[in-house]
Amino acid sequence: MSINLFNKIMTAKRIAVCFMGGLLFSACSKDNEHPKPINQEEVITTVRVVLTPGAGSMPIELQSRDLDGDGPNAPVITVSDNLLVNTTYSGRIVLLNETMTPIEDITEEVAQEANDHQFFFSSTGPIGTIVYADEDGNGNPLGILFNLSTLTAGPGTLTVTLRHQPKKPNNGTLADAGGETDIAQTFNFTIQ
Amino acid sequence: MRGIHALLFAIAFPTYIFGQQCSSTLKGSVQDFHDQTPLAGATIQVYGTDKVAVSNLEGEFTIKGLCDGSYEIEVSHPECSSQFFTLDIQGDTFKKITLEHHMEQLNEVKVIGDIFLNKTNSAQEATLKIDALERYSSGSLGDALKQITGVSSLSTGSKIVKPVIQGLNGSRVLILNNGVRMQDMEWGDEHAPNVDINSTNSVSVIKGAAALEYGGDAIGGVIVLEQAHFPAKDSLYGKTILNGATNGRGGNGTTELTKSYANGWFIKGQGSFKRFGDSESPDYILSNTGISERGGSMTFGKHNFAQGWDAYYSFFKTDIGILRASHIGNIDDLIRGINSQQPLVVNDFTYAIDPPDQEVTHHLGKLTYYHRFEGVGKLNLQYDFQLNHRLEFDIRVGDDRNKASLDLELTTYTLSTGFKIDAKSNYKLNSGMLFRYQENFSDPGTGVRRLIPDYDKYDFGGFLIGEYIVSNALLLDAGLRYDFSRIDAKKFYQTSRWEERGYDQEFQNFVIDDLGNQLLTNPVFDYHNISATAGLQYDVSRETKFRFNYALSQRAPNPSELFSDGLHHSAARIELGDLRIKRETSHKLSLSLQKTGTAWGYEIAPYFNTINDFILLEPTGLEFTIRGAFPVWAYRQTNARLIGFDASAYSQWTENWRSDHRFSLVKGKDTDRNGALINMPSANLVNSIAFTKKDWNNLRVSLDSQYVFRQNEYPDNIIVRSPEQNENVVLEINTPPDAYHLMGLDAEMKFGLSPNKTLSIGLAIHNIWDTDYREYLNRLRYFSDDLGRDFLVRLKLNY
Repeated sequence: MSINLFNKIMTAKRIAVCFMGGLLFSACSKDNEHPKPINQEEVITTVRVVLTPGAGSMPIELQSRDLDGDGPNAPVITVSDNLLVNTTYSGRIVLLNETMTPIEDITEEVAQEANDHQFFFSSTGPIGTIVYADEDGNGNPLGILFNLSTLTAGPGTLTVTLRHQPKKPNNGTLADAGGETDIAQTFNFTIQ
Repeated sequence: MRGIHALLFAIAFPTYIFGQQCSSTLKGSVQDFHDQTPLAGATIQVYGTDKVAVSNLEGEFTIKGLCDGSYEIEVSHPECSSQFFTLDIQGDTFKKITLEHHMEQLNEVKVIGDIFLNKTNSAQEATLKIDALERYSSGSLGDALKQITGVSSLSTGSKIVKPVIQGLNGSRVLILNNGVRMQDMEWGDEHAPNVDINSTNSVSVIKGAAALEYGGDAIGGVIVLEQAHFPAKDSLYGKTILNGATNGRGGNGTTELTKSYANGWFIKGQGSFKRFGDSESPDYILSNTGISERGGSMTFGKHNFAQGWDAYYSFFKTDIGILRASHIGNIDDLIRGINSQQPLVVNDFTYAIDPPDQEVTHHLGKLTYYHRFEGVGKLNLQYDFQLNHRLEFDIRVGDDRNKASLDLELTTYTLSTGFKIDAKSNYKLNSGMLFRYQENFSDPGTGVRRLIPDYDKYDFGGFLIGEYIVSNALLLDAGLRYDFSRIDAKKFYQTSRWEERGYDQEFQNFVIDDLGNQLLTNPVFDYHNISATAGLQYDVSRETKFRFNYALSQRAPNPSELFSDGLHHSAARIELGDLRIKRETSHKLSLSLQKTGTAWGYEIAPYFNTINDFILLEPTGLEFTIRGAFPVWAYRQTNARLIGFDASAYSQWTENWRSDHRFSLVKGKDTDRNGALINMPSANLVNSIAFTKKDWNNLRVSLDSQYVFRQNEYPDNIIVRSPEQNENVVLEINTPPDAYHLMGLDAEMKFGLSPNKTLSIGLAIHNIWDTDYREYLNRLRYFSDDLGRDFLVRLKLNY
């Protein structure tokens, strides 16, 4: 704190001297220094829902990727394949910051602060149940891992919402949980 | 016998005896230093003799029967500081004496509001004096200013209060703190002036841009904070104020001490401290709305009437919590927030201030020198330095938990000169120049893309103002000002944003580095602004004045209007500046008719302000991110028109009873789109009745009622698609809250403890009926009710 202030005073002194001495030469502006670029931290660029039907089967990936973060481009949503009828998938969520090199895995941060986070799932179409398959330190659901079962054929949607600092435990609805939304993405797919 | 007479004479009238040899006469004239007008009633005393004379109406005096030699002479006048000098008398001598006859020196310790002269002649102007300010000692400048008709506020909760003058705020309102134009990032809606209200002795508001000497871009107006003058006498005085309040369960204290000397030296120190926990609305705790504030100032110097200098330094630091429930993740959270009648987060009362919060520090230093040239005027030189450091903390996770999301450091250096010619009785001229350099540094350590880029800004300004007294009743004034400013920024744009805005078509030459997904650009803009004013003041009768003023003013866009780009979590919105934004130009006509009688008085002040290329920020659409959708607030320019009037009246019904009434109304219109302007203050009516009785320890009890009408003119709401509800919904982001009525009580008594010590005890109740209300110009109105009932106790000791 005091070092901070000291630095400030030193900066101030430097520029004050410059100002008094040579305003007209603009010797004091930092023309030669470029500001440092910032790669936004704790940004989630990519949400990947990996649905694995069973051992040995190819997983299906539902992905939403927004490489410019709060920039103007909307997220690009891709679904790798159709889901199968009457199947139970074990689901896993992967959150990435792909603007960083190497790519940052945000899922770990969420897992570390499990008590402050919870994923919520809602669906339309012929989807049976979505059940949490993990929990936080207090035994409340977290949702990085879950199980999803399909029923009959038809179009369906899955909405994944991540809330920061929700009320825990809650009754499983977003309305009851409160908190702030870190992720809210909807995926459209076909069950066949 | 004759010898005895002679002896008696010699004993009784020694001077007469020696007067035989002492036949020199001192003749002279006493004049005002500034305009050389004769001063009547000045007392001229010759030390070592009993010779005393009083100047006549022509300012002349004669003292006969002086011996040749050297004398000490004192010249005093009730409205001037006394002068001592040594004079050699050789035969009949003539001496011209000039006194500074501008203002009455302070009596004892009391600070008299009237010593603060009007800043303009023809503009609408109002002043808050020390006793009115002291009642707001525990609040903010913005709170106190609301006592002035036509001044309202744009606030973020109850602690961040930005003054609004006749409908305009932010960069359109210039704040002059002890002669220094505040450079404290006034461009942000949630950036309150970094001023400790306790460090000032008087606050004047000039509505409009007529006060050209302070700046040409004050389209809204100028707020002038001033220190009391230091008496040129040996004196030591001070005061201490303590306040305690139930709402927020906190209080503040401030103390100041001044030492002054007859030879013009003075030194003053002041310090204050404020601490509040969470505020409370009538029904719930407003979690995370505490405040911790410290301020201090120190000044010393030597003021004589021919010349003087002073040095001043002030420090201000504040940490303000922002309502926890106002921090939201995306549009659905905002919809939930607006629809919910209660804040979504209500915790137990605490003094802790957690994110979201802001921590701002402001240092201000200045050196002033003045010299008066007899019969000509006064030269002023000033150098000032300001450092404003703003940290904004957001709710963050992981390692970034305690890291600020915004870290800006704004450093400003200003050199200004002024020359005032006030020697002639029928005209005055005031001219000046200003050089300013400003540097903004945005610390990349935050790990969040910069909201405001690094920039250098250069300003140069010059003005000439004149006033001409046509007759005893009529005074004309006029002024002209030129300002140059250059802003030289280095900003990173996301490539996608750069292209979406179409900058790749118009501004590709600004690009100096391409990092793939980001571009480093170097926008440089120059602005040449002209401002001018002309007006008149006419004394209809002794108590009634008529004023008319026209002001032209031009304002260059601020860094936020040009460059802001990014997600603002506290508002759950993406804010976009625009490099194409040009300066705005305002033409304002204002009139006022004022009567200040002893029994009653009034003021009616209508105005008409047309602003070309008015810059405004409003919701325009929606952008999608991984977090969901966000409303986009973009700056745009339009032609606007503000019409309104301020009216006030008072009546001294009896010796003890007085009532005051104020009403103000402003209508803002976007003339291009033929719609209402956003964020225009609602009409409001204030009535108060006060009982004062000197015999009862200066008892003063006042009851006031404030009725705030609903703002019925506002821009359309926006329709957004809610991902959560999976349908289009109307986002009531512009719908104003209902009208409300608040009542307050304030009582005060003064007790003389000793000849030099006075203790005042005050008690106040705000929002007596614990009314639930929300204010249109409170940015947190979406999330919670405003403050509930509050009891305050105030102790003030003057010594």
